[in-house]
Amino acid sequence: MANRWQPACDIPHLRLRARMLADIRRFFADRDVLEVETPLLCRATGTDPQLDFFSTTFHSIPKNPTLFLQTSPEFAMKRLLAAGSGSIYQICKAFRNGESGRSHNPEFTILEWYRVGFSLKQLMDEVSELLQGLLAPAFEDLNVRQVSYQHIFQEITGLEPLVFDEQAYRRYVQIAGFPEAVDLCGDEHGLWLDFIFSHCVQPAMAAGTLYLVHDYPAIQSSLARIHPGDARVAERFEVFVNGMELGNGFFELSDAVEQETRFDREIAHRQAHALASVEKDHLLLEALRAGLPDCSGIALGLDRLLMIAGNCRSIDEVLAFPLSNA
Amino acid sequence: MAIYSTNEFKGGLKIMLDNDPCSIIENEFVKPGKGQAFNRVKIRNLKTGRVIERTFKSGDTVEGADVVDRDMQYLYNDGEFWHFMVPDTFEQYQADKNAVGEALKWLKEQDMCILTLWNDSPLSVTPPNFVELAITETDPGLKGDTSGGGGKPATLETGAVVRVPLFVQIGEVIKVDTRTGEYVSRVKE
Repeated sequence: MANRWQPACDIPHLRLRARMLADIRRFFADRDVLEVETPLLCRATGTDPQLDFFSTTFHSIPKNPTLFLQTSPEFAMKRLLAAGSGSIYQICKAFRNGESGRSHNPEFTILEWYRVGFSLKQLMDEVSELLQGLLAPAFEDLNVRQVSYQHIFQEITGLEPLVFDEQAYRRYVQIAGFPEAVDLCGDEHGLWLDFIFSHCVQPAMAAGTLYLVHDYPAIQSSLARIHPGDARVAERFEVFVNGMELGNGFFELSDAVEQETRFDREIAHRQAHALASVEKDHLLLEALRAGLPDCSGIALGLDRLLMIAGNCRSIDEVLAFPLSNA
Repeated sequence: MAIYSTNEFKGGLKIMLDNDPCSIIENEFVKPGKGQAFNRVKIRNLKTGRVIERTFKSGDTVEGADVVDRDMQYLYNDGEFWHFMVPDTFEQYQADKNAVGEALKWLKEQDMCILTLWNDSPLSVTPPNFVELAITETDPGLKGDTSGGGGKPATLETGAVVRVPLFVQIGEVIKVDTRTGEYVSRVKE
């Protein structure tokens, strides 16, 4: 590497980022979506067992509370929505401990927005419109494909993702060249889906196409509402370009009781697996009890979007100072 | 032996996999935003030289492999084993045909090599990048040809056969790059 004081990315990539930020702000200003800021340093954080957080101690006698660097601005933004903000967006940093690699930096930039009154389909269409504009420097005409999780999973692997068929999954990974998946995934349906989707489905996606994969299996509902017409799937979609995951969209769960149940389940999972313990976010639950308007929301990884726009192989190529020389 | 977690994986780390010592070539972090994180790792089996890919669940641990590289001097071959010595300590190691492998054709007594030891026994032998060996057999050269275009095969004192320029003669010592098996130059005595 060159001198460590120097930025990892080149100057044209700084310009590309600045232009993308300006384009995003114009896109939302044209649609009357309000830009907001919420704290990066919070008293509570997500319970998702798959997300590891950074925490610190606030020197404030006598309690010296633990504070968390947020893994996403979701909870705070939902409190604004419940307070009647209307549609909002935010461009901010998010932090995820232990995540580092070719497409991960523990500190990264998120674009997150919520559309009050939007169905998931309307939000998917808006995502397509935004990304076709932002990725225009890389793709003159970005193809868009909206496809259900079940459909693309079957198309590429021949397997049914919504019903757990361990024998069929085992046979498939042997043939596909991933025999280690058998021991690794055991009898956990969700783990099998994560493995096969990331190792077999994503790499098989056509290059130069924006995929909006919707109707995720209900066991991977995260913070999405379960589909009212089909309990096997959740109202969640994911965005991919060139096989790389860019973001997650949800028709937001507004039921405080259901939300608390999911928090409790994740906290129990954390305890069972000896992960760091967290408190559930009571302020979010209060906001949901007060009433979250029907809305759809999505978070996109801006650095990855820049990787695609700038045709970069590694996230370091679009960051001024990745963790290695931060 | 040390235990390594997937977040310590990096190029060059030696680990045990399927009871064989392996070296990590490349480690890719694969993490769905809302799902399980994996490490997709490219690994060389140090016994067979084969490169494979394997996925681990992030946070899982594996046993380290006690593999070290040591500079040693090649002493002699007794018909079955090749004997090496650590110059500073005079410790001696014997390597079998499997461990010596391709290095066989470049080994000249007293040359310095790198021995890769696994649990203190030789796993592989890496010859020096450049060796100087005498030619024992080659067709007579053409006087006046100094370009070396085309060339001819020459057998060296260790048995290796390399292509040399036409002007090089039996009995001359040449310098060879062992990584490519190519002639570099004549060595003036």
